[in-house]
Amino acid sequence: MEGILEFIYVNAEAIFIVILSVFLGIEVISHVPAVLHTPLMSGANAIHGVVVIGSIIVLGHAETTVNLILGFLAVFLGTLNVVGGFVVTDRMLDMFKKKPKKLN
Amino acid sequence: MDKIIEFSKHVQFTLGDSVLEIIYLLASALFILGLKKLSHPDTAKRGNTLAALGMIIAIIGTLFLHRYHGHKIGNLGYIFTAIALGTAFGWVVARRVKMTKMPELVSFFNGMGGAAAALISLMEFPYISKELIAKYGMLNWQALVIFLGLVIGSVSFAGSMIAYGKLDGFIKDIRTKILRVINIIILLIIITFIAFLMTRGQIDPVILKPYVYLLLAISLLYGVLFVMPIGGADMPVVISLLNSFTGVAAAMGGFLYNNLVMLTGGILVGSAGTILTILMCKAMNRSLFNVIIGAFGGGGAAIETEQGSIKEISITDAAVLLSYSHKVMVVPGYGLAVAQAQHLAHELDKLLEDKDVEVKYAIHPVAGRMPGHMNVLLAEADVPYEKLLESDEANSEMQNVDVVVVIGANDVVNPAAEEDPTSPIYGMPIVKTLKAKNVIVMKRGMGKGYAAIENNLFYHEKTRMLFGNAKDSLQKIISEVKNI
Repeated sequence: MEGILEFIYVNAEAIFIVILSVFLGIEVISHVPAVLHTPLMSGANAIHGVVVIGSIIVLGHAETTVNLILGFLAVFLGTLNVVGGFVVTDRMLDMFKKKPKKLN
Repeated sequence: MDKIIEFSKHVQFTLGDSVLEIIYLLASALFILGLKKLSHPDTAKRGNTLAALGMIIAIIGTLFLHRYHGHKIGNLGYIFTAIALGTAFGWVVARRVKMTKMPELVSFFNGMGGAAAALISLMEFPYISKELIAKYGMLNWQALVIFLGLVIGSVSFAGSMIAYGKLDGFIKDIRTKILRVINIIILLIIITFIAFLMTRGQIDPVILKPYVYLLLAISLLYGVLFVMPIGGADMPVVISLLNSFTGVAAAMGGFLYNNLVMLTGGILVGSAGTILTILMCKAMNRSLFNVIIGAFGGGGAAIETEQGSIKEISITDAAVLLSYSHKVMVVPGYGLAVAQAQHLAHELDKLLEDKDVEVKYAIHPVAGRMPGHMNVLLAEADVPYEKLLESDEANSEMQNVDVVVVIGANDVVNPAAEEDPTSPIYGMPIVKTLKAKNVIVMKRGMGKGYAAIENNLFYHEKTRMLFGNAKDSLQKIISEVKNI
């Protein structure tokens, strides 16, 4: 119980952000046309590649060989997620670029 | 004065930190803005660029300004090598892969993110704060966040890989009821396992390492079995769900390092991904619960009753029928995508337009393997945007259509969705092809669609079947039409 209270105390700021982000995420996404579901999923996919920052931190302080290898892998995979995600999304959206007029 | 100098020294010390916090704030704002713009067709591309920009500044900021317990980021050589390799590999794969393989690719990259999150937990586990353990034993927030990151990350990784395999066709569906029971049991085991680990009291986490690896193994197994029974048609929904899982796993890392950009980015994707998943389910008129439990394809047996005979049409007849129509509606599906026939479809539509036949495309929201998949493919083949109609629009024009050409679509034109309340797809909005005067269905064989249910459209008196690979059939029709 005390552990939980300490968690809330230590991470109060983070918890605020989590709750607000949940609402923000919902708000930002609602009313998306079905056409954009796939690119949007792909874009969101790239954004959670932000996990690469954690990978960088963990590799940045790795000391043992095992951790160096795992950390290296984590940074590699995280980067793959980021770069692949954004490039694929960009490529998908290229397909929508040249549309002359809106549907009436 | 001395005090001010003292203070300014203090400020000097935290300058990097504050700059980094500002960078993170900026990056988070760019993520939000990017996501917002991504949800409108006009601004989507810029949205993606903005989010990417946010990511770049966050990464660069972390590399040079981040301090962890007062230490700067070390091992920069390794980090840069890993980033360079990841960038090169990711870029090449993302650029080279065919447009039809796009859903697989999203799933693959999603899995990579999940794996990275799991690895972070795996490595940070032995370093849980000694103070926290002395105070509360293993029942502390760091342990919780690490375990959740490990479990969610690895489920997301394993699940995405299976989803990737299914979309690619090298992993087949396994649909047994037992698997559902097994899945629930494994999930309970995972929860119990975490509870077990967290009630170990004041212990050196290193001792628990073998158990943590076991937890990893069980989570990976769960990821595999979670996706296994879900039908291929539901894969987009599953990928979207796993996408939000990875978001949450990334956010766990944010808690662990008290890193606000990881937290915002992760949670944003977690919640946006969940909403997106629900929207996709709605587009298919299914509940998320149904998708996960895998109710699809379960009750297909009862429907195979009302069948008539199949009537085929020759290439020449098809060409004549098309050339002398006033209005033609093309309904593309995954068959068009796998056959890479989108360019030929457009060629045919240009030929017909020259003969004063009006050609439109009816795009069902879940035609293909992902929502919007068909729009992307047809746009790639230069089909003008205004020719693409959404199902509702297409349906309202349908009674004026002379010929509907269904190319490799099945479930999205299945009248059972409207007529047969016992059908698993009952209630799903469909393209109402039977309102038109004639229907030509191009199909490889009499195989069933992804939902694995019979389609009575093929037996209808208005329908003519044209068997064969969509690309070959279209090619032949095009040369016939040219001769008319």
